[in-house]
Order: sequence, then C-alpha cells, then structure tokens
Amino acid sequence: MVGSAMAAALGHDVHFRDKKIVLLEAGPRKVFDRLPESYSNRVSSISPGSVTLLSSFGAWEHVCSLRLKSFRRMQVWDACSEAMIIFDKDNLEDMGYIVENDVIMSALTKQLEAVSDRVEVFYRSRAVGYSWALPYHTSDTSPWVQIDLADGRRLQTKLLIGADGHNSMVRKAAGIPDVCFQYDQSAVVATLHLSEATDNNVAWQRFLPSGPIALLPLSDTASSLVWSTSHEHASQLLSMDEESFVDSINSAFWSNINHSDFIDTAGAVFRSAISLLMPSGSAIRQLPPSVAKVDPKSRAMFPLGLGHATEYVRHRVALIGDAAHRVHPLAGQGVNMGFGDIACLTHHLSMAAFDGKDLGSMKHLLQFETERQRHNVSLMTAIDLLKRLYSTSVAPFVLLRTWGLQTTNALSPVKEQIMAFASK
Amino acid sequence: MSYKGLSHYRGTLWLFHQFGQSSEMHSWVLCENYNWKTRLQSSSTFGCLSEMKNGMSAARRLFSASHTTVDPKEVKKFQLLAHKWWDEQGEYAPLHSMNDIRVPFVRDTLLNLSSDHQLGSPLSGIKILDVGCGGGLLSEPLGRLGASVTGIDPLEDNIRTAEQHKSFDPDLDKRIQYKSCSLEEIAEESTETFDVIVASEVVEHVADLETFISCCYQVLKPEGSLFITTLSKTQLSYVLGIVVAEKIMGIVPDGTHNWEKFITPEELECLLESNGFLVKAVNGMLYNPFSGSWSWIESTSINYALHAMKSKAQEQSSSREPPSEAEEEQHPARANTRTAV
Repeated sequence: MVGSAMAAALGHDVHFRDKKIVLLEAGPRKVFDRLPESYSNRVSSISPGSVTLLSSFGAWEHVCSLRLKSFRRMQVWDACSEAMIIFDKDNLEDMGYIVENDVIMSALTKQLEAVSDRVEVFYRSRAVGYSWALPYHTSDTSPWVQIDLADGRRLQTKLLIGADGHNSMVRKAAGIPDVCFQYDQSAVVATLHLSEATDNNVAWQRFLPSGPIALLPLSDTASSLVWSTSHEHASQLLSMDEESFVDSINSAFWSNINHSDFIDTAGAVFRSAISLLMPSGSAIRQLPPSVAKVDPKSRAMFPLGLGHATEYVRHRVALIGDAAHRVHPLAGQGVNMGFGDIACLTHHLSMAAFDGKDLGSMKHLLQFETERQRHNVSLMTAIDLLKRLYSTSVAPFVLLRTWGLQTTNALSPVKEQIMAFASK
Repeated sequence: MSYKGLSHYRGTLWLFHQFGQSSEMHSWVLCENYNWKTRLQSSSTFGCLSEMKNGMSAARRLFSASHTTVDPKEVKKFQLLAHKWWDEQGEYAPLHSMNDIRVPFVRDTLLNLSSDHQLGSPLSGIKILDVGCGGGLLSEPLGRLGASVTGIDPLEDNIRTAEQHKSFDPDLDKRIQYKSCSLEEIAEESTETFDVIVASEVVEHVADLETFISCCYQVLKPEGSLFITTLSKTQLSYVLGIVVAEKIMGIVPDGTHNWEKFITPEELECLLESNGFLVKAVNGMLYNPFSGSWSWIESTSINYALHAMKSKAQEQSSSREPPSEAEEEQHPARANTRTAV
C-alpha cells in the first residue's frame, strides 16, 4: 500500500513528468469492478494528514466514492479504573477515517493507471538480488543500483525506495541495521455487526491488562475489531465459536472485573479534585455499542512487534513505511507514519528534480531522514511506553496512569497538541 | 610557485594581525590594497612574466596563440584535482552545494524570460554553453532540466571525468556534449549559436577577461543570457576567499584562487556593458562553511552571481557608434592585457 502510494505520489508530481518510475508489486493487480458487500477485516485509520497526501494525487476521491467511515470522537479508557480520555473536535470536524485497505489499494491502483505513461507496475514480480552503487565514482562499475528480478530481468535505477514491509529485503540487502523486538501480543481482527444502528462515529479503545481492544466504525451497523492480546488468548479467540467470540468482546468492553476499590476511590478523589479546579474540564463518558455478531470468516490474527531502522537512507536507497518503522497498532498510526514518509520524501525528491539534481544523492535523502526520524521516533517511543504502561495491573502503575489520563483529559491544550501530532 | 605560496601565507598572517589592531590600521590596509590594484592595472605584463619564471613554460606551450583566455598556470592547478570532481564531500564540496542556488538562479531567470515551458523539463529546447565546465558539476543538472548543454574546459582530464560520469545516464548522454577546448575555439567556429552561456567560478581564472567577454558576445544569440558567478575583489573576499577558505579551513585547496584575478561586480558590469551586454541582475552569495550551504545575501563583496543579456542587434550597433568614455578607458587596458599574454 505504501509502495503504491509512493509511486502514485511521484507519478503525479509535476517535476517528475520526464522521469521513469517502476513499481515492483509482489501481488496481483487489485481493483474493484464492483464493491464487495462484506467489509474486509483489514482496515486502517487514516489521519487528516494522510487524507491531504491521498488527495494531492486524486486517490482520496476514489476512496470517498467507494467506502469509508469518519469518526468525530475517540474514547480511550482503562479496564483497571474509571480513568478515560476523550478526544474530539469542537466544530464536529472529522478526526479521522476508517478505511478498508482494499479500498485504499483500489483507489491507488486507479491513480497509478492514470499516469501509466510514467509509472510502470510489474505485478507478481519479485526482486532476487540487489547490487549497490559505490558512493564514489569509478570507471568500471555502474554508479546505479541494479535489481535482479525472479523472471531474469535486470533493472537499474538512480534511486531505490524500499517499501517492502517490516521484513524488508531492501533494508536487509543494503545492510541497514534495525532495532526490533516482538511484543508478547498478537492482534485479532474481525468485522463485527452491532446490536442496533447508531451514529457510530466514535473510535473506542479500552486498555485491558492483556492488551488494548479497539472498536472502529465501518458503518452505522458495522465496526472493525482490533484486539491485541496474548498469543494464547488470540488463538483461543480465533478458534472459539462465533457466539462466545462476541461475548468475549462485549465483556472486554463492559466488564469491571479488573477494577479494585482502592484505585476506584483514588481515581474518584482525583477526578473530583480536577472538577473543582476546572468545572467545565471533562466530557461525559459514553458507552460503546454492544456487538451482536461477527462476520463469518472475518477473524484473523497476526503477531505484533516493534522495529526501527537506524538509517532510513543510504546512497541511492531510501526506506519508507514499515520497512523503516513498525509500531503497535494501539494508536492506529502505522499507515499514517508511512504516508507521512511519502509526503516528506516526495517533497524533497520533487525539489531535487526541479533543481536538476541526481535523485539518489545523499544530500536531500538525509534531509528526508532527519525530518522523518524526528517525527517517527518520538511517536514510536510514546506508543511503546503506552503499551508498556497499560500492560500491567500492578496498583502503583495503574494509579499513575489513572491520574495521568485524568489530568491529560482535563487539559484541553495538551489534548489538542496530541491530536495535532497524531493527525499529521 | 612555492615562493609565491609562501609570500601569500605571510601576507595572510600579517593581514589578520592588522585587522585585529585598530581601525587606523584598517584604513591603511585599504590603502595598500588600492595600491595593489593600481599596480596590477599598470603592469600586468610583469605579472605574467613572473608566472613564466615560475616554471610554467611547459604547460604554457600547450596553450599557445589561440588560447588567449586560458591561463596555463590555472590549468596546471586543476589538473591535480581532476579526478576529485564528483566527490560531494571532497575538495569540490562547495561547488556541489553551490548548485543549490546557482541552478535555481539560472532556471528561474530563464523561466521568467520565456512564456511557455514544458513541465518536468523546464529548460528543454535551450542551448547552453557551460564554459569551464570542469567535471560537469553544473552541466549535468542543467541537462537534467532538459537543456542541451555543451561543456567546454581547457583541461582534457576534466573533460574525461565529465564524459565518463555522464556516460552511465542515457538521458544526459544525449543532452550533454563535452569538448576539451577554449572559448576562443568555440568562437572561431560558431557565431550566435547558444541561447545561454554559463561561466560559473571561471572568470577569476581567466587570463584575458575582455577577450573572454567578447567571445561570449559572439557565440550568444541576440538577447541570449550570460550567467557569471565569481568572487569580488575586496578585502573581505581576500580574507574569506583566500585566507579563511584556503589557508585556515581548507574548504578550497590552497592556491585555487589568485586574489589579483578577482573582479568587483562594478568592474565586471562596466566591462560587460561596454561589450554590448545589458546587466540584468547582480546578487551576492554567501557560503556557510559549517552547514556547507550557500545562501543569497544583499552584499556582493565576497561571491556574487550576475545575469547579463546580449542586447538586440540594432541597439548594439547604435550604441557602438559614439564610443562611450568607458569604452575609451577600456581600450588601453585591453591593449595592455593583450601584450601581456
């Protein structure tokens, strides 16, 4: 998805009119002739910043004409206490959109085809080897990156952009080290149907000691589930019958089994203290809709991990998206970070092209790296800390996060900062 | 050569010393510089003779008669560095980063002059002559923007480096051609051929600037553009361009520049206007050695970029008829430099 978006963004850039772009795609061509009736279980939360990028080359229009659901509010609360935080916008603006990945892919494919004179897509292709250019010039070696494809073709390029996921071959072949570890969690996804039709414009997330569970709106009657939990529990959730699965979800959102009197009292005292200081501070807590049934065959699971490439660029190479950084889905930032990379890299490459520069030169690539690492590393650190802070039910930590969340919830300038950062 | 280098160095330390002392001393230095300038103008013959004594006669013989603007001593200097052109962090790093402002300067000036341009290759259809192209550092970006570029340099090693570097890129290969020759040789075989001439960081190495400019005039089409970037002849450019850049920080290899060959924008403007050019813009440039980047500044007292246009044919002839005072003044100087070379 990130690779296609990168190719589409460059393909639509005015200063890239004369350049040749090739997209190596492992999968087949995916474009909807007709929108499938059932929702896909793989969805992304798209931030306003990502919408700006997708709109810049016309893909967002296609998304809108296909299927998406906006949300205006985000409620995050703790399973171990009453603490919660609500993000919303005063003017009822959309905070973000839940879009099926297939819908985004279809929109991107259409926009890639609109610039097929500049962007060539090799579907079902696979790179089997890379030979890198030396940073200095010699008379007998090629100064370009060479890519050998499984079908025997050999390509050469001034700049190779690796958008090949968290197991990036490009990153490994270029020898770029990355910091990575697996979380002791897997994510379970599924498409859910609600008991009754609602506005369904809130993204819900509750932190359970085993991991966060999120309910993301797809339509008035359907929502998407992203439940991060232990590997064993995830396997159980996948194998249990549909009815028990739905019950597990409902009780995960509603149950107060993890509450303790001590924390509840401490939280309540703190909350009344805040409401004394700031009478109009906090918004009213809402209750999530109850789930009636799960879409058959929509359940799936995948392991979660964290990864970060220590370098995003080398001479004639750049990494974007999950190839450069992999995060926990609890903040719904994975795809948005990737789209942020694209916006930044496109900007720098476009300027370089307009200045007649060699596109693979380290100079502008380093600017991209600095800009993105500054953003991504801070976001990743925050996400990882949140994950760790909420993975425990030990009282001092619960108290700390309860008070922390309550304070943050009361401080609207802080919340606005968080929203502004996360909506980039 | 070693003797000359040494004397430069001594002069350097001394100058610095003086600057630190007082404003009185400062004005004295100013006087001294003024003396150098006048001495230079009256006796450039002497300057060249001493160059010959410095063992340059062998290189000199290579570039005889027709190469009036090529300074053999300068040629030798660059021969030693020919293979280093494309090292972005090496000796020519400041020239690489100068592309960040000189390419947009050329591009935007030309885009403003023409009404329509092709998106993606804004300079397509424009014929550019890159005089003193070196390793092709400026020819390549201009070629990438769609221009057809002819890069010339008197030094064959430079041309070989440039030729080899572009050969891997089929697009550049067809848009750029390099020639190891002097501007006079181009002028001999062609008139009114090019839309644009760029002479970036070149005129401070040229032996006879007047001939250089008249050659430019000859090969440019009417209303063609001439872009020059060079160093001004001020105390500041001496301190920063030679003392700091060459001797102290080593940004530029020692001996790259000879301050006596620098020219102030006023002098250059005068020279251009008396040779049928209209000077359109003069912008100051500043190099920040710590960030390794260039920026535009108000002052033209160190580095500057200049854009001049060849005036239309008829305007030219009318302005030529009553020779201006400036031109008359220039004539003795011209005669002088000619005999010198």
